[in-house]
Amino acid sequence: MQDEPRAAEILPAIAKFLRETVTTDHSAHTMFQARVAANACDLAAREAQLAPASDAAELDRLVALLGRRGSLAELNAELAARLSDGRMSLETPDLKAHLWATSMAKLAVDQPGYASYRRALKRLKG
Amino acid sequence: MTEASPHPALAEPLAALGRRLFHGPGSHSGGELHGLRRLSGGASQETWAFSFNTPRGPRPLILRRKPNDRQSDLAAGLETEAVLLRLAAEMGARVPPVFYVLAPEDGCGTGFIMDRLEGETIPRKILRDAEFAHAREVLARDCGEALSLIHRIATARLPKTLRAAPGSVRLAELERTYAAINRPNPVFALALRWLAAHHPPDPACLALVHGDFRHGNLMIGPDGLVGVLDWELAHLGDPMEDLGWICVPSWRFGAIEKPVGGFGSRRSLFAAYEAAGGAPVDPFRVRFWEVFGALQWGLMCAGMAEVYRSGTDASVERAMIGRRASEVEIDLLDYIAPLVHEADDAG
Repeated sequence: MQDEPRAAEILPAIAKFLRETVTTDHSAHTMFQARVAANACDLAAREAQLAPASDAAELDRLVALLGRRGSLAELNAELAARLSDGRMSLETPDLKAHLWATSMAKLAVDQPGYASYRRALKRLKG
Repeated sequence: MTEASPHPALAEPLAALGRRLFHGPGSHSGGELHGLRRLSGGASQETWAFSFNTPRGPRPLILRRKPNDRQSDLAAGLETEAVLLRLAAEMGARVPPVFYVLAPEDGCGTGFIMDRLEGETIPRKILRDAEFAHAREVLARDCGEALSLIHRIATARLPKTLRAAPGSVRLAELERTYAAINRPNPVFALALRWLAAHHPPDPACLALVHGDFRHGNLMIGPDGLVGVLDWELAHLGDPMEDLGWICVPSWRFGAIEKPVGGFGSRRSLFAAYEAAGGAPVDPFRVRFWEVFGALQWGLMCAGMAEVYRSGTDASVERAMIGRRASEVEIDLLDYIAPLVHEADDAG
């Protein structure tokens, strides 16, 4: 499950920035914000492309881990609660692989150039 | 972010202060205010750059001030910061010299004026530009030495207002922050559990902890560390907190094989710390604080989603910081659920 704010929440801020700021203010700060907005567009595109499949895979893993059905948000809250109170831990079979797969799916959308992510990709393939 | 001058509400009392400080009897000029500009826009604290004309030429200065009495519960307070800077300078640590502490009758708010150091704080420049090639060689040593000196300031001389926050207090704060963000996150939950299980006992003697010793708060020149800035989060605590925080992966900016700020090894940092008179470094304690620091940064990012949604700051930039929490998930998993058991990058 991708973190918040989701692409659908970010896109209106990009549109507002393009309409209201870029057209009137050409300061260095606006140029910086424009690069951030371009990165946000890339993120939104990756989220649209990758999140449906990675969300479906995550849901399957959560159902198997927790032994119950629910939405991604509900099951993630349940998993976090079980980890917080110690009912589940790294000793739980398949938990470590699940956490890695879920975080890697987030990074593939959020920041695929992040050095620790690139290193983990190599390790997971190797 | 630079705001346009003039700023009459500050410029007038500040100019008057300059005249009082430099316009001695018999001199016809001196102390004129030049180039006043705002450097950063915190909600309760402001940083301004300017110069006063002196008989020896313009003196570049920085004003850190609070225009009114608002203050976060965790901030040390500017008067306290000024005292800490002076104590650190007495120890020989590289810090900006405090030039003047504001008095109420100056009409400039509360705060202090310090000399403006020459240098760079932008991590990507420090880590990549040829100008800083030599600095990168010596920075881990400089950081170890600076922290060692800061941590050895006699606690009896520290302001009584400084809050005591060793690991037990900091961990309880982090747990409250996680709960307050109200976004259940399995990796963050696991990391909190890890921290609770690996929490070292609070040290018998607390020391002055800078509290935010990382890129952005370190002024760096071609020869290395020039000054340690931004003492806002200083507190009494476990000195290893500072060593851990500078090693958090989020401050490596791509250079993940160099744990200290993307420029150096833990070995150099620890060796310089001990050589400058610091207590022997316990790598396990530092590791606890690295994991703590990573999670602290992750929760800060995660909290941005709410700042964005509430409209407090609905900028694209704010939203994108919210989406950096996932970087910290990978970093936390590398610490507590590693894919490979390597000889560690302890270097």
